[in-house]
Amino acid sequence: MNSGIKLKKTKREMFKLFIFLSIIMLLAAIMVVVSKSPVSSIIHLIIAFLAMAGHFILLNAQFLAIAHIIVYTGAIMVLFLFVIMLLNLNKENEPHKTLTTKLAAVISGGLLFLVLLASLKGVNAIKPLNKFDSSIGLIKVLGNELFTKFIFPFEISSILFLSAMVGAVLLAKKN
Amino acid sequence: MDEIIFKTILIIIIFIITLLIALYSTWAERKIAAVMQDRRGPNRAGPFGLFQPLADGVKMFMKEEIIPAFSEKALFILGPCIAMITACMTSVIIPWGSELTIGGRIYSLQITDINIGILYIFAMVSIGVYGIMIGGWASNNKYSLLGAVRAASQMISYEIAMGMSIIGLLLMSGSLSLKDIVEQQPGLHWNVFYQPVGFLIFLICVFAETNRSPFDLPECETELIGGYNVEYSSMKLGFYLFAEYINMFISSAVIVTLFFGGYNIPFIHSIGLEQNTVAILQIIFLFAKIFFFIFFFMWVRWTLPRFRYDQLMNLGWKVLVPVAVANIIVCALFTTKF
Repeated sequence: MNSGIKLKKTKREMFKLFIFLSIIMLLAAIMVVVSKSPVSSIIHLIIAFLAMAGHFILLNAQFLAIAHIIVYTGAIMVLFLFVIMLLNLNKENEPHKTLTTKLAAVISGGLLFLVLLASLKGVNAIKPLNKFDSSIGLIKVLGNELFTKFIFPFEISSILFLSAMVGAVLLAKKN
Repeated sequence: MDEIIFKTILIIIIFIITLLIALYSTWAERKIAAVMQDRRGPNRAGPFGLFQPLADGVKMFMKEEIIPAFSEKALFILGPCIAMITACMTSVIIPWGSELTIGGRIYSLQITDINIGILYIFAMVSIGVYGIMIGGWASNNKYSLLGAVRAASQMISYEIAMGMSIIGLLLMSGSLSLKDIVEQQPGLHWNVFYQPVGFLIFLICVFAETNRSPFDLPECETELIGGYNVEYSSMKLGFYLFAEYINMFISSAVIVTLFFGGYNIPFIHSIGLEQNTVAILQIIFLFAKIFFFIFFFMWVRWTLPRFRYDQLMNLGWKVLVPVAVANIIVCALFTTKF
């Protein structure tokens, strides 16, 4: 009885956290598109990524959350910021788009939105096949899954990464 | 006492200790520099100049705060905040001692033992780069921009070697949790004896990650005036300097935890002391080791000259990364064989 109430309470707390993170993430994502300066876009994208890591933690997918922060927030976004800082993009030298391009962009974006809405209309709420296992995102479980069930795709992707690495070294050697 | 109350107290104590150590590291740095250069160092404020950091702190707070008119104001303020916050957040997962028993209940002297353990510190370090980058860019000064760019590229390059250097250790321990790693090093079975190559790479990378000499190119005075923090004044500059010393303290704690047995005291259990006494001795022992490494950081700073930038990149990519990969392969062979 007592534990049931406690579980309900944690669920409610988690829902509050979920709403909080979602609001931050959506606002940051909107700001990425809206803001004029590229650096502020990137900073808002970083905030959105951190909120996403928070969502992963709410699902107890700790490894995914931390890998997301290390790889996307910590490495890729730093490189983005890096490039933008060196290019020194300013509002003044940003090419202005004509009215026709803007109109075309709005119409095509609106069409995509319409398609998405239409496809979502008839969908029932998705029911999970298995009961949610909260230990699924922990590092031991994840490692076991990767090296038994998903060994083939895992190895394939590692070869892909290796070839990318070799390619990068070759390109750097050429110059 | 409730678990949450204990943890809150522990967090506050660790926060205060971290700030105190960062404060007195500045004093220690100046004293050690003085000894190495045959000077006296700070000796006016209090006995042995012990109140010097307090005087410096007051000075930092009292100075006029200047935000350059040509800077991006919000980002200019955000930079030092990120640097300071991420530096303080890393202390959460370090085990400061085994367990304390208060009123029949056992409390762990680690704030939280998360499943991902050491990866958390890497994540915080990689977010910490933004503090320097954003601050350097927002200053709108070419020297600080160069410093920021240097810092970012240096930290990204050395993060790879740093991550790879501990894989060998993780293969041996089979766990990412720092608590488990410490528990696996009883007596003198320190990981440094089993992982000497990994330790060496990790140590070098830590110097690069904390922007300490000989890898302190982001704040190289001779080339960049002062690096990414040229435009900063008063406590904002203080935050950057403070964050560096906090990072140094936490890195020393991580080195000790990973490679030098953490809080373990060799042969303490054969004496037969009470658990609480043992825990307190363990904390003291851990801090003694940490202080040695902080001293080591300073020792290196006043001994080795600064690297050139291309030398730094060559060392990172062409020496440390291949050696780290070789270390992983050797360790993997050994762990599967034995």
